[in-house]
Amino acid sequence: MGTGELVGSTPAGSAPVSEVVGLDVEFKIRGGLLGKGGTLRAVRDVGFEIGERETLGLVGESGSGKSTTGRAMLRLVEPTRGIVRLDGEDVTALKGQELRAARRRMQMVFQDPYSSLDPSMVIAESIAEPLDTHDSLSRAERQKRVEDLLDHVGLSKRYAQRYPYEFSGGQRQRLAIARAIALNPRLLVCDEAVSALDVSTQNQILNLLEDLQEEFGLSYLFIAHDLAVVRHIAHRVAVMYLGEIVETGPTDRLFDKPAHPYTEALLSAVPVPNPRRQRTRERIILSGEVPDAANPPPGCAFHTRCPHVMEICRSVAPPSVEAPGGGTVRCHLHTS
Amino acid sequence: MTEPLLVVDGLEVQFATEDGWVTVLDKVSFSVERGETVGLVGESGSGKTVTSLSILGLLPRESSRVTAGSIRLDGVELVGMPKHKLELLRGDEISMIFQEPMTSLDPAFRVGDQIAEVVRRHRGCSRRQAWARAVEVLTTVGIPHAETRARSYPHEFSGGMRQRVMIAMALSCEPKVIIADEPTTALDVTIQAQVLDLLRAMRDEFGTAVVFVTHDLGVVADICDRAVVMYAGQVVEQAQIDDLYDRPRHPYTEALLSAMPQLTARSGRLATIPGATPPAGSMPTGCRFHPRCAHVVDECREGDRDGRVAARTLDGGGLSRCLRVGDLVLKGSA
Ligand SMILES: Nc1ncnc2c1ncn2[C@@H]1O[C@H](COP(=O)(O)OP(=O)(O)OP(=O)(O)O)[C@@H](O)[C@H]1O
Ligand SMILES: Nc1ncnc2c1ncn2[C@@H]1O[C@H](COP(=O)(O)OP(=O)(O)OP(=O)(O)O)[C@@H](O)[C@H]1O
Ligand code: SF4
Ligand code: SF4
Ligand SMILES: [Mg+2]
Ligand SMILES: [Mg+2]
Repeated sequence: MGTGELVGSTPAGSAPVSEVVGLDVEFKIRGGLLGKGGTLRAVRDVGFEIGERETLGLVGESGSGKSTTGRAMLRLVEPTRGIVRLDGEDVTALKGQELRAARRRMQMVFQDPYSSLDPSMVIAESIAEPLDTHDSLSRAERQKRVEDLLDHVGLSKRYAQRYPYEFSGGQRQRLAIARAIALNPRLLVCDEAVSALDVSTQNQILNLLEDLQEEFGLSYLFIAHDLAVVRHIAHRVAVMYLGEIVETGPTDRLFDKPAHPYTEALLSAVPVPNPRRQRTRERIILSGEVPDAANPPPGCAFHTRCPHVMEICRSVAPPSVEAPGGGTVRCHLHTS
Repeated sequence: MTEPLLVVDGLEVQFATEDGWVTVLDKVSFSVERGETVGLVGESGSGKTVTSLSILGLLPRESSRVTAGSIRLDGVELVGMPKHKLELLRGDEISMIFQEPMTSLDPAFRVGDQIAEVVRRHRGCSRRQAWARAVEVLTTVGIPHAETRARSYPHEFSGGMRQRVMIAMALSCEPKVIIADEPTTALDVTIQAQVLDLLRAMRDEFGTAVVFVTHDLGVVADICDRAVVMYAGQVVEQAQIDDLYDRPRHPYTEALLSAMPQLTARSGRLATIPGATPPAGSMPTGCRFHPRCAHVVDECREGDRDGRVAARTLDGGGLSRCLRVGDLVLKGSA
């Protein structure tokens, strides 16, 4: 099994903004086998790169390690093994001042907006906080910037002096985005950043993310369960299952001709926004045991649920090979 | 004829803000029959969560108040019910799956204990039985190796796994009504499909009624029998599910349906509804949607005689809060 295989290539051959090579993240857990502690390998040998002005969509099973991958890139959890580069610099080795400087260039918008907003601060303060740590602005400049940011994410500046609890879930998510883009980062990890929003607000944010990308050359790692959204925003997509990337590819290829059985099942499970069509839709139902990350099955990690499982899948882990039409796939259907 | 299982009738809720009390829910009415799943959709900030919390009696006591209306569960009035009585109902008769699971799970306790605690409180069974039930429901919602994972703490679970813990907790006592606020948003679509199947099974087996709050119109199409659409604190449309998608009767619903990104092909620039949600406390006159509506005419700014727009009852049982509902033919989703 080669470490750190790359996901396709970045557009126009430009140097990647961000590179992940052979990333492993392990957690110590309680109550493993026989009640003894154990190790949970949440991220297993993950590698990809993201170019300038590029969006890599990261989708997959709940609990497969998507958030952990994003968090490890920002050193919000410590990688156990592997390299994360930002503009060529290995951030896994940075400490103190250098790490803070690197973090300024990498920001994250979380799944749960509560975690990024301090409940005791009015939101103008929360948004300005990163500015204060990194820039010295006059009071007037600071206020102007906060108002600009609120405006960017579609909130009235009248909200500036309110507290997080006064906002709805969706409004809080906009605030979190305002805070994350305050420092014009190079890489933004969006973890379910728009999933709490109504369609129109979600689209405003997606359009905003696209504009910011165009304007500032931002790169995005876009983690989401909403596959229609990923289809829209991502240039390339990586699919995770039980800690591993099982398929990557250009967005259209991956959606139109999924190469991995898990990707295929995932796409078939997306409900169609039309009740009549949804009722007659064929879904690939995954039966079989959902494996535990603390105790992954031997061979192909998906074999306990795969409709195409073969004898070899139960014992031999499939290598990552080139997928027809572009990208990579980890499945024995493609190895012979 | 008996009343529906859950009735929300003319509910008005206010919140204390710096500018005094502002009305956040404006005469919200809808009902849910036994075994029925009703979708609650609408603009972010339109009042879906506040509606849900009102039903459970979980609005913040100091900063909010119910100023009008009634909420009845099986004929029993919930508005004004003493706290200890409400607590008995919660979990047993009616339970809620919250939008943000991390804030509703206690970080200091193992997830299995938190579910077992709910079971014990309502069932009065032994610790051991309650724990067994917790493991059982965790298995039902697809947590692998539930006997061991039940011993984990919330932070050791992924977002979607925590969401499933919340779902498991809500199901643990087989309530009559489940209020589910974005219950599947944090889940991948295969697990989401399993959870929806599970809710369907509960509906068929126990006649469980579900209020399903979501932004995902695909999920609504999949699970709901009817939908209630909210905008700026009001119900603006109600319809049987097929009707809503075939022929929406309110311009806000039309705008929502047409804004959905497609799975089958990449769209160009995504459609949005121009303008922003009006802040509670400074609602536009007449129709609240008028500053953003594609079909606005002068009369919309004035509204009915009282300066508001009343909900219109439609043939076939639907409802629309649009002055032009008689002459507009709106676009649905194909
Ligand atoms: N504790 C509170 N104090 C003051 N205002 C509040 C409070 N909670 C909610 N609100 C206001 O009530 C309105 C409705 O909020 P609610 O959370 O019900 O929206 P929602 O429809 O659930 O939105 P979302 O889809 O974003 O979750 C919003 O304008 C919000 O700002
Ligand atoms: N702090 C932690 N301690 C122990 N285990 C953890 C910790 N954080 C995550 N995990 C485990 O790591 C695995 C991956 O979790 P992660 O949050 O990355 O998943 P995810 O793909 O983001 O899922 P979701 O789509 O549900 O958000 C899960 O099995 C989870 O239980
Ligand atoms: S390797 Fe085998 S079990 Fe794994 S996805 Fe491919 S066919 Fe299925
Ligand atoms: S009343 Fe007028 S502004 Fe309001 S939704 Fe109907 S057409 Fe649009
Ligand atoms: Mg996650
Ligand atoms: Mg809400």
